[in-house]
Amino acid sequence: MKARVTVTLKTGVLDPQGKAIEGALKSLGIEGVGAVRQGKVFDIELEGHDKAAAETALKTACDKLLANTVIENYRVEIEV
Amino acid sequence: MKTAVITFPGSNRDGDVAKALKQAGADVAHVWHADTALPAGTDLVVLPGGFSYGDYLRTGAIAGRANIMDATRAHAARGGFVLGICNGFQIACEAGLLPGILMRNADLKFVCRRQHLTVERNDTPFTSAYAQGQVIDVCIAHGEGNYIADPETLARLEGEGLVAFRYADAQGKVTAQANPNGSLNGIAGIYSPGFNVLGLMPHPENLIDSLTGGTDGRGMFESLMGGKMAA
Repeated sequence: MKARVTVTLKTGVLDPQGKAIEGALKSLGIEGVGAVRQGKVFDIELEGHDKAAAETALKTACDKLLANTVIENYRVEIEV
Repeated sequence: MKTAVITFPGSNRDGDVAKALKQAGADVAHVWHADTALPAGTDLVVLPGGFSYGDYLRTGAIAGRANIMDATRAHAARGGFVLGICNGFQIACEAGLLPGILMRNADLKFVCRRQHLTVERNDTPFTSAYAQGQVIDVCIAHGEGNYIADPETLARLEGEGLVAFRYADAQGKVTAQANPNGSLNGIAGIYSPGFNVLGLMPHPENLIDSLTGGTDGRGMFESLMGGKMAA
């Protein structure tokens, strides 16, 4: 199985990198760009075929390491 | 005092802080991050500055989950002293020893310069050699020193007097201009509720000799040793 974990900053947390990227996109003349928020994507290969167990394991991975829940939210998607 | 300086892959101020500790009269043991136990009788654990794990994932995130951090958390829970400097502060936050997190500097620039701080209180084991409200001149060198916590945590830190140091100008005024990284309330360092854990972004260990710029950092190590060090 393969999984994708997406970690994003919580609403209201200042994201200076996102702001800088937003400024760069605007200076490139790319039209219609509003606010930009930067996040992280983790593509993870998983052993076994138990989707529920994988989801539990990945949530633990997020809580323990992949995300800092003070400032970040995460989403786990598993491809079967 | 028996101290243990932890070295993580990418730590680079472990030697500097060991020198400052020895100058103050401490016994210093160097401990590798993968070890599971602290040397018997350790009074103070130091998490030094540097770039542990190349700042991968988040600064301090991987080091915060190292083997030795379980022993460090147990040490802190027993009331043992822990000092986290710069990357060590980031590690302490990621390890749950202190609340909040250090984010990217608000202006995205790595800052490396001298910086004045106010000593918010001098009735703690880390600051007794300073005067209340003293303005000290130390170094800062970081790209992720922007202290962030949720409003409830920030209110608790302020309400319980857990802010250790604030960024200030030479007169001790805490202003936006004197804040190098966007930290909330100009916070440069915080204590745990028991005042046995201190995390700070500045580097007191680099201002311990007048030959290399000043001695305002010595007070912290002098305080920890419980008295004045030999001149």
